[in-house]
Amino acid sequence: MSPDLAAIALVVLLTLGIGAYGLRLARTTSDFMVASRGVSPLWNASAIGGEYLSAASFLGIAGLVYAYGADMLWYPVGFVAGYLVLLLLVAAPLRRSGAYTVPDFAEARLGSTVVRRLASVLVVAIGWLYLVPQLQGAGLTLRATTGAPVWAGAVLVAVVVTVNVAGGGMRSATFVQAFQYWLKLTAISVPALFLVLAWQGDGAPDLAGPAGPVFRETTSVRLDAPVVVDVVERVVVQTSTGARVLTPGTTRLSGTVVFPAGSAVPHVDRIERSTGDTWARPLSGAGGLEHPLYATYALVLATFLGTMGLPHVLVRFYTNPDGAAARRTTLVVLGLLGTFYLLPAVYGALGRLYAPELLLTGRTDAVVLALPAAMVGGLLGDLLQALLVAGAFAAFLSTSSGLLVSTAGVLVQDVLRGTVRDFRRASVLAAVVPLLLALAATSLPIGQVVGLAFAMAASTFCPLLVLGIWWRGLTAPGAAAGLVVGGGLSAAAVLGTLGGVVDRGWPAALLAQPAAWSVPTAFAVMVGVSLATRHRIPVDVGRTMLLLHAPEALGLSRGR
Amino acid sequence: MTDVPRRVAVTSPRTRAVRRPPGRQALTALDEQDVVGELLIRSLVRAQLVLGLRLAAVFGILLGGLPLLFAVAPQTRDAQVLGIALPWLVLGGAVYPALWAGGWLYVRLAERNERDFVDLVERS
Repeated sequence: MSPDLAAIALVVLLTLGIGAYGLRLARTTSDFMVASRGVSPLWNASAIGGEYLSAASFLGIAGLVYAYGADMLWYPVGFVAGYLVLLLLVAAPLRRSGAYTVPDFAEARLGSTVVRRLASVLVVAIGWLYLVPQLQGAGLTLRATTGAPVWAGAVLVAVVVTVNVAGGGMRSATFVQAFQYWLKLTAISVPALFLVLAWQGDGAPDLAGPAGPVFRETTSVRLDAPVVVDVVERVVVQTSTGARVLTPGTTRLSGTVVFPAGSAVPHVDRIERSTGDTWARPLSGAGGLEHPLYATYALVLATFLGTMGLPHVLVRFYTNPDGAAARRTTLVVLGLLGTFYLLPAVYGALGRLYAPELLLTGRTDAVVLALPAAMVGGLLGDLLQALLVAGAFAAFLSTSSGLLVSTAGVLVQDVLRGTVRDFRRASVLAAVVPLLLALAATSLPIGQVVGLAFAMAASTFCPLLVLGIWWRGLTAPGAAAGLVVGGGLSAAAVLGTLGGVVDRGWPAALLAQPAAWSVPTAFAVMVGVSLATRHRIPVDVGRTMLLLHAPEALGLSRGR
Repeated sequence: MTDVPRRVAVTSPRTRAVRRPPGRQALTALDEQDVVGELLIRSLVRAQLVLGLRLAAVFGILLGGLPLLFAVAPQTRDAQVLGIALPWLVLGGAVYPALWAGGWLYVRLAERNERDFVDLVERS
């Protein structure tokens, strides 16, 4: 058994094992749904971190930085800053509301089952959109390291997570997630250390020089499927049918192609070739990104405001004993995430030098996994790669179980209605749909799909939560209109991007990063319709405000 | 083993409980004093909102200003600090401790607002 398979098996067994331990403790609905709320801030923060660090964080950011350069650093910055915004505007009041999903919050605040239903549909939509790249990441990882077909990894993760969630619910999830944060931090930091040492041992070659990516050694590239690449200089390559001359222009490559040392790397057609200094410079449009200033601001808006609306993030706040603990937990989360996100960019940068062939194959999300073999090699390289594979699988498993718990919870409450047996059935349903989508969909970069899920959350739940918590004037019709408009616009953008409706110019940029226009529109609609329906302001809004904001120290009766 | 925890019938989650505190326990002064209580809680909500928005504005300007800075002053894109390109130093490292510090400051100030509020309620 290779080290990679052993690592995957170990993570899967530990996940199921800790899950089974949690299952013995799970006895009531409350245990299943929210871990009985008796979880300490460090445990809870580790669990939040574990659940939050997804395939996008572990593989996707490095892949985006590798292909598109400095502008992509905004992804991890936004993923952390989103927690600061959540802390500033949402954390404590949301915990005090006693709601553990957005639909609960909507119903408690506005007393409307219509808004509740709308929110439920959006939770499921965002949950599924976020699950697809996790499963695709699993497929990609298993394929890149063991050569298994792409569907195998996706099916493996879907099955493990469903068994775990349907069996143990949130209680086991809390243990599993907390463990997985520390596993992921170890798995990304230890190899990074060795890679940086290897880079220095190599004479610390310039990462941002005037040259474009070149093959440093004679490199054999295996292509499972034909790719269309842009050749920039004449080069003689070896293929299975003998020597072949590639001339500048677009060419189709397939099979195994051997490039000589020192030759420029032809890039897959969706990534434009950039020199190191262009790549390292923000707003340079490296990799062929269009309208980088707009894209940066839209991404900032989506990630800063979207975090609070992610279904698996909100549930976690209910497991804090009170509002003050919710704040402290969030602060610990900021520290844990900030530490982790120092590292993915290191892989992206080193990949330009040591794993440039992924720019040819287009499998840029695999750059993290490719580096140990390319830079360290030998047994140590194998072990470091196995550690990275373990971390990546921890990422797929933890984020997927968090999303599955939330999505299944909403399905149970608002669709299937009922008992634990239904929660189990809902878990299966909640996993099967994204699995089918992951198997059917064409593969976009993981980080980009996750960015779309953030944009959708920012366009719907951010206005609902922020206005609901701070503004007495919010009404049920206003909230419903805002959710429909924000959800509709962002969903249209998601479908347009995934479907590849347009691929150039402003329309493509606007669709790929919708938050800059969809979030303000959703806020405006929510406020505008609420103002027009003032007579529908809930009569008990004063009471709700008291509940959301009064410190627990007052000892007001809360009924929970 | 005889003392295995009894299996409990599992019911629909606590949505209804969320909706309204039952109010059977003794309500505090805040609960009873409709007008004064309303004013009190409004003052707390306002204080917390102003605090949250102020810090959000600080970070919005600092972080949100960066792309604009890179756009209007292109030399900042290539500037080197301590041998590292400025954008990478800021976005790849410095921003994270700054975000944590912002969170730490907020938690302190928000808890102080709440303590002041509790004192105010208990004195009046």
